Amino acid sequence: MPLGAAVPNATLDVPAAALPARHAALVRVTHWITTLCFLALLVSGAEIVISHPRFYWGETGNVLTTPLFKLPIPSSRALVPTGYGYVLPDQNGWSRYLHFQAAWVVVLTGLLYAISGSFTGHFRKSLLPRRADLSWRALSTSMASHLRFERPSEAEAWSYNVLQRLSYLFVIFVLFPLVIWTGLAMSPSFVSAFPASVTVLGGQQSARTIHFFVSLALLLFLVVHVVMICVAGFRSRMRPMITGRGGTHRAGTQMERT
Amino acid sequence: MKNISRRKLILGGLAATAGVSGLGMAARIAQKYGLIPPDCGGIYGLGETLTYASQRLLTRHSLAREFPRSMISKRPLANEIAPSNEAFKSLEAGGFADWRLTVDGLVDRPAAFSLAQLKSYPSRSQITMVQCEEGWSYIAEWIGVPLSHVLDLVGVHPQATHVVYFSIEPDWWESIDMADALHPQTFVTYGMNGDELPVGNGGPLRLRVPRQLGYKSVKFVTHLTVTDDLKKFGKGLGSAEPEGGYAWYAGI
Repeated sequence: MPLGAAVPNATLDVPAAALPARHAALVRVTHWITTLCFLALLVSGAEIVISHPRFYWGETGNVLTTPLFKLPIPSSRALVPTGYGYVLPDQNGWSRYLHFQAAWVVVLTGLLYAISGSFTGHFRKSLLPRRADLSWRALSTSMASHLRFERPSEAEAWSYNVLQRLSYLFVIFVLFPLVIWTGLAMSPSFVSAFPASVTVLGGQQSARTIHFFVSLALLLFLVVHVVMICVAGFRSRMRPMITGRGGTHRAGTQMERT
Repeated sequence: MKNISRRKLILGGLAATAGVSGLGMAARIAQKYGLIPPDCGGIYGLGETLTYASQRLLTRHSLAREFPRSMISKRPLANEIAPSNEAFKSLEAGGFADWRLTVDGLVDRPAAFSLAQLKSYPSRSQITMVQCEEGWSYIAEWIGVPLSHVLDLVGVHPQATHVVYFSIEPDWWESIDMADALHPQTFVTYGMNGDELPVGNGGPLRLRVPRQLGYKSVKFVTHLTVTDDLKKFGKGLGSAEPEGGYAWYAGI
């Protein structure tokens, strides 16, 4: 039985017009553009790594130097000793084209989101944790309920909980800037104009290695994000991010009535 | 969406018109100042154009990072095998004495330089990184004559926009804009780490473009052409790389 049918319409006390959008249009649009770009960056980034699945620290590194670590995968270049008896097809051409195109789109989208978010108070209202939520007791309660995969309460459909807020802030203001920075620090042309951008990271190969780990952290975020959406209710969380309307059964009914 | 006010509609219309004409103007200005790469068509054209235009604006005069002698890689990866064609083999057998670098196109005095001639010009050296698009890198000292010196000798016409350069290997050619061609670190390179440039690293002659990835530094260079129209070469995408699916501009 669909959830919506369990609640009689008579219990609705808010007129449709008074219901604010759960997610503003700009948040929804930038969210999905970012999603598309991130998937493109992930696939193309993986293809680029396959051409040299070895990582180093410092300025330089190649098959004649000792790597920091190697990925146990075959490579798309015969030059790399992988232990596999075959070489994968070269995909770097379109991967690099796609990687940089998606990077441009996601960076411009991110700028639009960050600028509008500061003006509309989106960060302050929706993402900055409330002071009371930052106590150890509140944090550990939230952590424990997450670890038990508890279905979130009704109120959480309308506002992010403290762990959500902290992880979104971390992704938006730490991981994304870091992945852009380390990406640019690999560009020989960019660092010719801004040499400090790579030297403070320890060198060009260090930048590449950090770029790889930050990408892994972003991938981990994506996986947890999608799992949490499924735990909280796939439809009730996806609908507000697509249509803007509240995703609980109450608001769902509202939507059908309007 | 039915309650859009007239004011909103007018403002939106004005903004859209301004946006479209702004884009058109930006494209015209970009074309005029050489900010459009030859492989700007196709689905990745937007990203390529943004990358090339922004890096060209940011880095027109910047210098590639140079390193102290102590950072020269102990074993510079010689990832190249000697060209298998007869022309190269016979030149190699003769100790490259008959190797020529032909320079033609939009120049006053087309010329063919021997290695000895190139070495007679004031030599420069730089300790810079070779960075492959695959992800590996090494640092070496590169010795040669700045390309700008060679171009001065032949007298480049003012309308020139690019230098196209060819390897003795068939179908291996590249091009750079004049900002890179006249850049003080763009070398016609004949030496490495105090010695001759080994064949495994592109010897006897390699064009080094240190602000771009390794594949722009074509090995076994025999021919330079100065042009104002890249469309005349190959499929008109600026170099062999875009024909094989790689970007023409390799600053990142």
